[in-house]
Amino acid sequence: MENLIALLVAAPLLGAVILLCGGRRLDRTGHWLGTLLALGSFVVAALLFTDMLGRDGEDRAMHQHLFSWIPVGGFQADIAFQLDQLSMTFVLLITGVGSLIHIYSIGYMEHDERRRRFFGYLNLFLAAMLILVIADNYLLLYVGWEGVGLASYLLIGFWQHKPSAATAAKKAFLVNRVGDMGLSIAIMLMFTTFGTFAFGDVLAATGETSEGKLTAIGLMLLLAACGKSAQVPLQSWLGDAMEGPTPVSALIHAATMVTAGVYLITRSGAIFNAAPDAQLAVVIVGAVTLLFGAIVGCAKDDIKKALAGSTMSQIGYMVLAAGLGPIGYAFAIMHLVTHGFFKAGLFLGAGSVMHGMNDEVDMRKYGGLRKYMPVTFVTFGLGYLAIIGFPGLSGFWSKDKIIEAAFAYGDGVRPWIFGGVALLGAGITAFYMTRVMLMTFFGEKRWQPTPDPHKEPSAEPAADDAHAGEMPHPHESPKSMTIPMIVLAFGSVFAGGLFSLNESFVHWLEPVTAFEHPHPVISVPAITASTMVVLAIGVAIAWFMYGKRPVPVTAPRGSVLTRAARRDLLQDDFNHVVLVRGGEHLTRSLVYVDHTLVDGVVNGTAASFGGLSGRMRKLQNGFARSYAVSMLGGTAVLVAATLLMRAV
Amino acid sequence: MSFPLLTATAVVPAVGAIATAAVPAAKRTAAKWLALFFSLATLALAAVVAVRFNTGSGADRYQLTESHSWIADFGVRYELGVDGIGVALIGLTALLIPFIIVAGWHDADPQETGNTRWRPTQGFFALILMVEAMVILSFEATDVFLFYILFEAMLIPMYFLIGGFGDRAHSGSDQNAAAQRSYAAVKFLLYNLVGGLIMLAAVIGLYVVAGTFSLTEIAEMRASGELNMATNTERLLFLGFFFAFAVKAPLWPLHTWLPNAMGEATAPVAVLITAVVDKVGTFAMLRFCLGLFPGASEWATPVILVLALVSIVYGALLAVGQRDIKRLVAYASISHFGFIIMGIFAMTTQGQSGATLYMVNHGISTAALMLVAGFLISRRGSRLIADYGGVQKAAPILAGTFLIGSLATLSLPGLAPFVSEFLVLVGTFARYPVIGIIATFGIVLGALYSLVLYQRTMTGPVKVETAKMPDLKLRELLVVGPLIVLLVFLGVYPKPLTDVVDPAVGHTLSDVYGDENPDPEPEVAAK
Amino acid sequence: MNPVNYLYLASLLFAIGATGVLIRRNAIVVFMCIELMLNACNLALVAFSRMHGNLDGQIIAFFTMVVAAAEVVVGLAIIVSLFRSRHSASVDDASLMKL
Repeated sequence: MENLIALLVAAPLLGAVILLCGGRRLDRTGHWLGTLLALGSFVVAALLFTDMLGRDGEDRAMHQHLFSWIPVGGFQADIAFQLDQLSMTFVLLITGVGSLIHIYSIGYMEHDERRRRFFGYLNLFLAAMLILVIADNYLLLYVGWEGVGLASYLLIGFWQHKPSAATAAKKAFLVNRVGDMGLSIAIMLMFTTFGTFAFGDVLAATGETSEGKLTAIGLMLLLAACGKSAQVPLQSWLGDAMEGPTPVSALIHAATMVTAGVYLITRSGAIFNAAPDAQLAVVIVGAVTLLFGAIVGCAKDDIKKALAGSTMSQIGYMVLAAGLGPIGYAFAIMHLVTHGFFKAGLFLGAGSVMHGMNDEVDMRKYGGLRKYMPVTFVTFGLGYLAIIGFPGLSGFWSKDKIIEAAFAYGDGVRPWIFGGVALLGAGITAFYMTRVMLMTFFGEKRWQPTPDPHKEPSAEPAADDAHAGEMPHPHESPKSMTIPMIVLAFGSVFAGGLFSLNESFVHWLEPVTAFEHPHPVISVPAITASTMVVLAIGVAIAWFMYGKRPVPVTAPRGSVLTRAARRDLLQDDFNHVVLVRGGEHLTRSLVYVDHTLVDGVVNGTAASFGGLSGRMRKLQNGFARSYAVSMLGGTAVLVAATLLMRAV
Repeated sequence: MSFPLLTATAVVPAVGAIATAAVPAAKRTAAKWLALFFSLATLALAAVVAVRFNTGSGADRYQLTESHSWIADFGVRYELGVDGIGVALIGLTALLIPFIIVAGWHDADPQETGNTRWRPTQGFFALILMVEAMVILSFEATDVFLFYILFEAMLIPMYFLIGGFGDRAHSGSDQNAAAQRSYAAVKFLLYNLVGGLIMLAAVIGLYVVAGTFSLTEIAEMRASGELNMATNTERLLFLGFFFAFAVKAPLWPLHTWLPNAMGEATAPVAVLITAVVDKVGTFAMLRFCLGLFPGASEWATPVILVLALVSIVYGALLAVGQRDIKRLVAYASISHFGFIIMGIFAMTTQGQSGATLYMVNHGISTAALMLVAGFLISRRGSRLIADYGGVQKAAPILAGTFLIGSLATLSLPGLAPFVSEFLVLVGTFARYPVIGIIATFGIVLGALYSLVLYQRTMTGPVKVETAKMPDLKLRELLVVGPLIVLLVFLGVYPKPLTDVVDPAVGHTLSDVYGDENPDPEPEVAAK
Repeated sequence: MNPVNYLYLASLLFAIGATGVLIRRNAIVVFMCIELMLNACNLALVAFSRMHGNLDGQIIAFFTMVVAAAEVVVGLAIIVSLFRSRHSASVDDASLMKL
């Protein structure tokens, strides 16, 4: 069975190569090939999973060594895979949700002339993401890490003719590169400390080095995780990434790629466990991001950007949990999986709504859609209930556990601060998700004619000129789109409960991540109760603001906080002023310096030689006899000098 | 006596150059095919060299050696031999020249027909082959004087290639362009001549001290303790050699000739400059600076590392600020040469193996990016980034290959440059953590200039001028395709290359450290 | 006879030749003066050969003669063509070799 691991990656990789190099003759069949290979990868994953279930907990990890990649002295990097319970969880999520989104995209991208390329990129993403989670060393993980960054770059910028998409893609890649820098430094630190960067060797040897080293490695890994998982302070790219087609937002920027940071931290658990300072940093980043994302999510009128804020916030929960150590790893991953279901479902629902509304993204121009798109409404509604943590649904099981664990973190004020933040986040989540739900599916119809794309480019250009000036005619989406939504809705409802049955998920992961029962500072029923209260308050406020009162089509000016939140809490403005403008000035002045100073020194030297030679050349008067005089004089001087030297 | 394989690798292109130059004026196409044939024959010979080269443990340091007396009175010998680093670079050179020839297929066609006396096409390809012959021989020379002659002589054909065959795409008038071109050519020549002159003084100085020009003899004398250079003498001689190589490499602040030369030359010649000829500089640092003056090399390391670091960051920042596509690539190359030099002087196995791999990979990736950029420029007739936009709509294959070239330039994992860049970083970090970390910023800046270039030229609304741009033709695909395949292959499976390079790096490091382990030990001993 | 006297003679001849080159304008005369200097050198070389008792000086004298002969051929050709083109054999008129 172990030899099948490489097949997981090979299938989508093959698909990417064929689809991207195949040319136009694959335009008609390419999407089927891409979907089939994604499904094939899922089948392989399922086979491996059943095989794994048949073994004991401790022997479930599988290895496959392909070949030696970079052998240079003590630096030995291999192309080798490792499939343990943690990786398996990710592999199933990635191939499963990935296949569903391939199917969804067949319908969603039907009218796009570059659909073949879209599927090629999706396959490329799957391959890279699978490399990321089944790599057996940090350097190979890095390959997957940047590979998903590339796929994300290509897919965000899929509609490249829109400058905003191209810019968003570039921004995503660059911000991620800052995180990648952290990962490379972490790998270099591991190499100098342990002489290796294979998971097994590094994680087994954490006890043999100083806590300072481990803290440094941990912080660098955290930087990497911040970049990929859109955590503060590297979160600014995720909102812009919504420029990509909606299936991409669902797969990459909600369910899988953005959770890679959580995977990295969980995988490196042994390092973090031995470095409490690094753990504290992880927890702080998670807590700040979960509030940050939630606040941003409250103010956005663009349905996808509201969901993006929510993603950021939910990943904040996961990072927070991962920072808690053995009491949190399993719950972080559990929330990651359930979030994968409901957030992908929500995004697909949003895509379905946009599909029906001529690619309108502004929720203020929706309203009353529940009658026109019943399937979308029900699946989106179930996803909504799951994410706010409605009792019994997936989100309830996973998020509640994280809040409990946060209340059990450390001693002193720490459990109160971080538990409180997690609790508050649950309330805000309830608020903004109810807002999205109400603005989209309830209330009055506020539909507007589609603006002329030539005047004001809409976010999703698939519309092109076809719908310009028309009123939208909302309709239910085709089967290829609704079926994946239904499947994901099932996951949103049942996955959490299934995982919590006898703590099956925790026990499944325990051999890899270790597990300790959290002992919160207040009792578990009290935490559950207060979560419910906070949740109810959030829903109620949203109802009073957006359900009872009509929603204005143009956004009111709002308070200072609202306006700041609409602008991503001024992060972009900061980036623009400090990094973009500052960088431009720096490069311009350096170009000037290079031209005038560095080159100037050389040109100046050349000019002074030129001046000198201008004087010297006056000696060359062209009269042969004057040359003869100087020759004779020179000879005389030489002879005299020789004689003089001899005399001395 | 066995067949002189190494001599043959240089003689074949040299003969090819003469033969190409001798083709009658009217038969331009024949001259092109003849040049291509000879470059492919050289590639075949280089492949034979690579196969015959023994990488096993205990194999000789210099293999396939040839030795003949040349100027006996001064102890100058015609001595050739290759180590793994040489093999890798000979392979790179022999590999790139056919692509350069095919890419420049029409670059030297005379614009006015009927001129029978002037033979630009023949001259262009003959000069390229001449450069190839000299570069290959300089990778093989184990005699310092022989190397010096080649190092200087290759300037002559390069001068004519830059000054005589400029890029037709220029913004100003023809006269203005000609003036700029000759400025670039003269600047190239003067910079390198000054470097060479200082090196000549050091070469003579070396002879006075050691009494021989032979690398192997000097190494033996050093080993037996016969040769004992005074510290100051060694340092002065080292600086003389290093200065010349730093001009050629080029290292900040001696770099300003490169953007001019690469901007004004045609794209294939720009590739020849940066991917082939400049490698002689970094190669010579490894072979001559470290081999002849190990003590002085260690002494100068801190300063050189800082200069390399400045090159990395400065080159990348300037690349971001460029308006001209080719100058942008030139500044990116300066940044990459900073990485190479940093890897060499980090004096660790990873650093130097990485630097050698970097030389090869940078050659391939720059060739891919620059040649596609050349195809792009020839379609629009402008080198300014601002004149492009939305090309991917009209010419998706061109845009795709350009993107892969850009990704290689920013060292995306999975492509060859990543392997070398990471090795250089790890090798540097192991000994000089702070410098290693600062250099890591280079990977962010690399992404910045590469993606900005791609975004501004290829994406966005389609411009009127680019709307009808034809996609890559078969000839152009034949140039770019294999290079991309090679980038992927060496990114996924660099082992054949590291196997060849590693033993040579071991020898080079043993010049400096003797039998000691050159790499810092990890804190936790491996099990 | 004391060979040193030959050296005095050679010096005298050389001085006459050098003065002639410097003060005369006619190219032919300048040319003859150069020949005079060369022959002064030859005389000195032969004298040295005699003084030192080996043949090196005489051999070099032969070289000088060959060079002088070659020089006459080239030099006279230049002077003749110069005279044809500008109808003058003055060396000062041909001062074009300057920047």
